[in-house]
Amino acid sequence: MTEVLAARARQITRSGEGKAKIDCEKQSVAGSVSQRACTFCGSRVVLYPIADALHLVHGPIGCAVYTWDIRGALSSGPELHRLSFSTDLRERHVVFGGEHQLEESLDELIERHHPKAAFVYATCIVGVIGDDVSAICRTVSAKHGIPVIPVQSEGFQGSKKQGYDAACEALMALIGTGDASEVGKHTVNLLGDFNLAGEIWIIAEYLKKMGVEVVANLTGDGRVEDIRKAHGAALNLVQCSGSTTKLAMQMQAKYGIPFKKISYFGIDDMAAALYAVAEHFKDPEMLDRTRELIATEIAEVLPVVNECRKDLEGKRAAIYVGGAFKAISLVKALRLLGMTTVLAGSQTGTSEDYDYLVDLCDPGTVIVDDSNPAELSSFLSEGRADLFIGGVKERPLAYKLGVAFCDHNHERKLPLEGFIGMANFAREVHASVCSPVWQFAPRHQPKAPTQED
Amino acid sequence: MSVTEQPKALADQSKAPSGQPTKSTSTTNACRMCMPLGACLAYMGFEGTVPFLHGSQGCATYIRRYLISHFAEPMDIASSSVGEAATVFGGEANLRLGVTNVARVYSPTMIGMASTCLTETIGEDVPAMIVRAKHPEEGLEAETGKPTPELVFAPTPSYAGTHADGFHAAVTAVVKKLAVAGDQTKAVNLFPAIISAADLRHLREIVAGYGLPSLLMPDYSDRLDGVTVARYEKIAPGGTTAAEVAATGSAQASITLGGLVTNGVELAGEVLAKRFEVAHHKLPLPIGIRLTDIFTDQLSELSGVEMPEWLAAERGRLIDAYIDAHKYAADRTAIVYGDEDLVIGMSTFLAEIGITPLLVATGGRSGHLANEIARLNPSLTGKIEVLDDGDFNEIEARAAELKPDLLVGHSKGYATSRRLGIPLVRVGLPIHDRVGAQRIKHLGYRGTQELFDLIINTLIQDRQDESEVGYSYM
Repeated sequence: MTEVLAARARQITRSGEGKAKIDCEKQSVAGSVSQRACTFCGSRVVLYPIADALHLVHGPIGCAVYTWDIRGALSSGPELHRLSFSTDLRERHVVFGGEHQLEESLDELIERHHPKAAFVYATCIVGVIGDDVSAICRTVSAKHGIPVIPVQSEGFQGSKKQGYDAACEALMALIGTGDASEVGKHTVNLLGDFNLAGEIWIIAEYLKKMGVEVVANLTGDGRVEDIRKAHGAALNLVQCSGSTTKLAMQMQAKYGIPFKKISYFGIDDMAAALYAVAEHFKDPEMLDRTRELIATEIAEVLPVVNECRKDLEGKRAAIYVGGAFKAISLVKALRLLGMTTVLAGSQTGTSEDYDYLVDLCDPGTVIVDDSNPAELSSFLSEGRADLFIGGVKERPLAYKLGVAFCDHNHERKLPLEGFIGMANFAREVHASVCSPVWQFAPRHQPKAPTQED
Repeated sequence: MSVTEQPKALADQSKAPSGQPTKSTSTTNACRMCMPLGACLAYMGFEGTVPFLHGSQGCATYIRRYLISHFAEPMDIASSSVGEAATVFGGEANLRLGVTNVARVYSPTMIGMASTCLTETIGEDVPAMIVRAKHPEEGLEAETGKPTPELVFAPTPSYAGTHADGFHAAVTAVVKKLAVAGDQTKAVNLFPAIISAADLRHLREIVAGYGLPSLLMPDYSDRLDGVTVARYEKIAPGGTTAAEVAATGSAQASITLGGLVTNGVELAGEVLAKRFEVAHHKLPLPIGIRLTDIFTDQLSELSGVEMPEWLAAERGRLIDAYIDAHKYAADRTAIVYGDEDLVIGMSTFLAEIGITPLLVATGGRSGHLANEIARLNPSLTGKIEVLDDGDFNEIEARAAELKPDLLVGHSKGYATSRRLGIPLVRVGLPIHDRVGAQRIKHLGYRGTQELFDLIINTLIQDRQDESEVGYSYM
């Protein structure tokens, strides 16, 4: 049986048991070995793909090292985001302050790389040693004539979620500073898509075929100039709802831009997303084009899905991902492959997300917030999972137990969004679940006869 | 700086030392990791031990992801998850709750604690907290009714050193806590720098070859290179036992392999020498024939036994291989980068096969690297550059000018290798873009043999690919 810490008991439920709401959006329990990172991570994830900005991590070296070029967020042009910049604070800075080091670093790096903007990430100790990051940013901005934006991302502030909020605030400082007079009528901003493996290009292509233009990517393949005029768009599409819903709400309040929460994963959700856009613009021709596009795409993808389904039917999957929107889409996508879900969890879901998952999943499915290796490994065993979908930290748990694995995190190299993404997903799941190597895993070995036998 | 120059007294604290005009204020693409990472890795080498970082949640999680990507094994690192309130009012309650929870879920024999930038900066006194947590009346056992595991602590703020420093500091912390006096035994303490799981296994084998019992630590060769299981074990079996650590105090000698650390970091071998008068031999990592000979000579001296036959045969075959392939290496050049201990071994090995390490670079800042390389390689004096406290911005700039035939280092040099079209031979940690990092052998004649074949074949392949003829016979 799973040993669950008392403090975490209310962060786990099962669908169909009519239990009380799941407890979520709280700081990780000390000693629980959470799979979550920190506030800094949340900010870094959201802003990372802005490819022509300088991303300077103000702090000792670790935070910059662990976020150097680890994500598959692609750029169609500049790739400044793939470099890791740090003020690399030393003991003397901790004692005497790091403001001078920050200013000199910014001067040096801006002169070296000529970025369109700079983001300065405050790490844990910056808050403690009392550097006035905002003041330095203002000074440097005036000196170099580019926006230099502080990101209040001290790790200890809370979980990843506070980091999302800090990133959204930083983006709000940029949005509205450009000229949006040329922005057309049928336009959107794409929020919460990080262009992993080029996914945002797939979505933009669909929209283009529908007759919808993208003003700004927030933030996959992002550009400072686009973001500055994002306030001109007619609609905001919010995918990673956990990270950018707040930004959409702020943009709605400030610029009157409505938003829709959508997901580009799986056939159902992808189609629903495009229909939502077409319906929003109330253009019958666009709706026709959308129908045609979706029909064509599905016709291409379904044969792949059906082929894979033959081998996957009845297999059992476990899901533990960063954002709950992804878990929701994955439950649906797995159904299309004939698979059932035995575990659906996330690092940063809201109680609304979890309610939805409880309703969506088959009775008995474990729903969990902010889990850890001890729990996850026992959920895998108890649920007799054939497949685990997660990220780098989940992968060794699956493999150690001889369970197939699909990487659905930001490190992935395979586009999983869009209709084509569903085909890729089906192939990827099939490739792992149906590998011949599992025959050698101890869990698939016939049990050795025991004394009692 | 050439190897003839004196090293700086303390290469550490200023990032822009005089005499290095190209040095940047900022760091771009660092060539090192942080202290807590090294400490966590070291703690994974002790049996039944869970690493525990006193700091914000992210440190533990980032380090887990980074090390998992190298070892492809579960890597559970606990955190006291210090939040805003704890930052202001102190994190002792978090630390106690964290220890209690880890004890409950993992039932560890030891919790290996290390601090982070945050908790060091707010002045957390972890040793005092441990005393209170272990207090018979007010401690955790009285509170929970469950025995508290052994708690050890190493101070590891990222701003004070590198991952290599954190690694050695954690080993020292464990030894300080557990080593006891006793009648001298034949055993030899072995404290290697950061090496692979395969290296650890090989070291044990070599020492056993001399009939010497070894007390090898940290030994993560099982925990971080384990087998697939039917039932998940929260703490994988293996690692140096507490009894082995206790016995280090009565060993006949300690051998530290590597151990170039930033000023202020103490080595376990030094502690044992001071406390229990255990003779301490600080040797370079045994890579290549000359440096492995230093190690095996030491083992002969300690055991009074000649080199075992099988090892002598490995040495002989390695020399044979050197000779067979020496022309492929002749007049070739390389840039070596990474941990100080590793680059000393790698550059010395390259030099003895005829490849000149034009630049030896590290993110470390012990200040002793240049002297150490000069001491081991008098022939390189004046021929090579040594870069302390470097980053890939500097390494790449030098590489573009020096145009070496090879880069030798961890996978973070891949971007440089790709941009400049210079082949990269992957050694050390991290290796995030290939499988099998835990199985790479670097040490001993056998490890050198594998490195040698890899390096020579890389050079041959490069020449073969470049050739217009497309020779199929090289």
